[in-house]
Amino acid sequence: MLFKIALKNLLGARLRTFLNVFVTCISFFMIIFITGLYDGMRQHAKQVTIDTEIAGGAYWHPLYDPSDPMVFEDSHSTLPPKIKDLVNDNKAVPILVSQAAIYPNGRIMPVIMKGIHPSQNIVSMPTNTLEKNKDINIPVLIGKGMANNTKLNIGDSFTIRWLDSDGTYDADEGTVVHIMDTENFKLDIGHIWIPLKKAQKMLALENEVTYVSYAIGEKKIKNLGSWIHRDVDYLIQDIEAAIEADKPGNQIMFTILLSLAAMGIFNAQVLSIFRRGKEIGTLMALGMTRSKVVGLFTLEGGINAVLASALTLFPFGLIFWWTAEHGVPMPMDYSEMGFMIAKQLMPVYSFSLIATTTVLVFFIVIIVSYLPSRRIARMKPTNALKGKTSI
Amino acid sequence: MIKKMMYIIFFSFVSSQIENISVDDIINKMDKNLNAKSRVLKSKMVVHGRRSSRTIESKNWVIGTSKSFTEYLSPAREAGTKMLKLGDRLWTYSPQTDRVIQISGHMLRQSVMGSDMSYNDMMEDRPLQEIYKATITGSETKEGRDQWVITMEAKVIGLPYPKRKTWVDKEYFLPLREELYAKSGKLLKTATLKDIKNIQGRWFPGKFIYKDELKRNSKGTEWIIDNIEFDIKIPTSRFSKALLRK
Repeated sequence: MLFKIALKNLLGARLRTFLNVFVTCISFFMIIFITGLYDGMRQHAKQVTIDTEIAGGAYWHPLYDPSDPMVFEDSHSTLPPKIKDLVNDNKAVPILVSQAAIYPNGRIMPVIMKGIHPSQNIVSMPTNTLEKNKDINIPVLIGKGMANNTKLNIGDSFTIRWLDSDGTYDADEGTVVHIMDTENFKLDIGHIWIPLKKAQKMLALENEVTYVSYAIGEKKIKNLGSWIHRDVDYLIQDIEAAIEADKPGNQIMFTILLSLAAMGIFNAQVLSIFRRGKEIGTLMALGMTRSKVVGLFTLEGGINAVLASALTLFPFGLIFWWTAEHGVPMPMDYSEMGFMIAKQLMPVYSFSLIATTTVLVFFIVIIVSYLPSRRIARMKPTNALKGKTSI
Repeated sequence: MIKKMMYIIFFSFVSSQIENISVDDIINKMDKNLNAKSRVLKSKMVVHGRRSSRTIESKNWVIGTSKSFTEYLSPAREAGTKMLKLGDRLWTYSPQTDRVIQISGHMLRQSVMGSDMSYNDMMEDRPLQEIYKATITGSETKEGRDQWVITMEAKVIGLPYPKRKTWVDKEYFLPLREELYAKSGKLLKTATLKDIKNIQGRWFPGKFIYKDELKRNSKGTEWIIDNIEFDIKIPTSRFSKALLRK
């Protein structure tokens, strides 16, 4: 009974209902779409990091901190026997990290020089290109971003200057053997990759490494001594933190969108009570209790949300489907700016995202519909019949 | 005639004495000229970049080779920055951050104020004789000056530059040019000393030019000595960490 009256009232309001439903629908769409994009971005960044950098996890030298290049000088040693076995079984790849300076086209540029096994297959990097040209003194693999910054092309030579383990300067010519197109800026910007054996010889650190990345599915080794195990969750925490840092901005936008929708509905409810005073009085005079009248107005607001969901499902649902299938093309390559964003961003619309957003929007719509309706409870039917409505 | 003969014998004796001087004596004399018990100097460092040059003025108080205090006077951005070196430790104070930072480890490889000199280059103070095995490898005349060519190879492990080549003026006992090499033999840096003057009885250069030779088209960094006084009394309080903040 109440539902029928509420639906009739809403359909009778035509344009006002459409505008309220449309604004709520836009809020619905934007919240799901943007959150989906962020979830997609997070999932993509995590996947790229796992594929290209961390695989199943890592074992670090106790002094190693990738965010502090000052400690690279001291963070290396021979591998504990159990990790060494893993490396010998090709289930892990050892990497030696050091600081260096390169002089591409005569300009000085500080870099992180990493030595890696060219034949490794643990992380998705074209390291095999490092062993193609045996006659090159120092074969160097760089990323596309680094190549752009340094204006280096395949075959170009440049001077590399480094300090060996004794603290003595050394310098030699390196040659770019491959430029990798990677979305992981952490392997690209400010990095040069050379064969591990070469790096160990250059730095006078025979058999010493800084960290080891092990294959996906390998179990954590216990009793490692001083070396530290780092799992995937630990290794991607910086990406998570970067995405989390963006959240407040989005939340502000969501709040504005939801407020717009809520204000529209609130305004419509206030206007209804003011304009529909005689109708309220008649309903009360005919025996409808105050609470039922309040329920009717609240229900009208609730139906707004249902209609908004339906509208979101039909035209905007197609957008959700299309973007989830084909992705959202990004206008530029963000990897050079230090963002791990795919060139074709695939949003992830999870069930929990849709359910949470729906519940949230419904809750807010019901609240803003109920608040002005409470005034009805204070109205006298005689005054309402006379059209004396004070809001 | 006899008088002439006497002169010829005398001068050939003196010149042969100079030519017979040992490499250790040359380096000793060089060290004596460059280092003093104490010195106070005002200088300008001109850092030549690719597009423009910057001039940084400073005042230094130095005792021997182990204690030094530097206060930067201009430009406004660098004014008030101070540096204290005590033995093998180095601290800097920046008025912008109001913090004293110890420069150590990898930070010593960083450039000083964007110049071609690293903190490591500044810190190098051990007498050359102690750390390098020097040999005279030649004698040249360049720009009208007779010079010994001295090659120095590291005799201790851990020196930043394992090989140096120095052109020492035979009259001034000062290096006019120095080349610093990497382990591979690649030339890394050069230092050129110019405008040699006699100050308080010793020869001292008025200008040093440091250059990172791996940089292409680099004009290097000039260090110009405006005013220098040797062997004057400097209170020990000058070399306290507390003075960095004052």
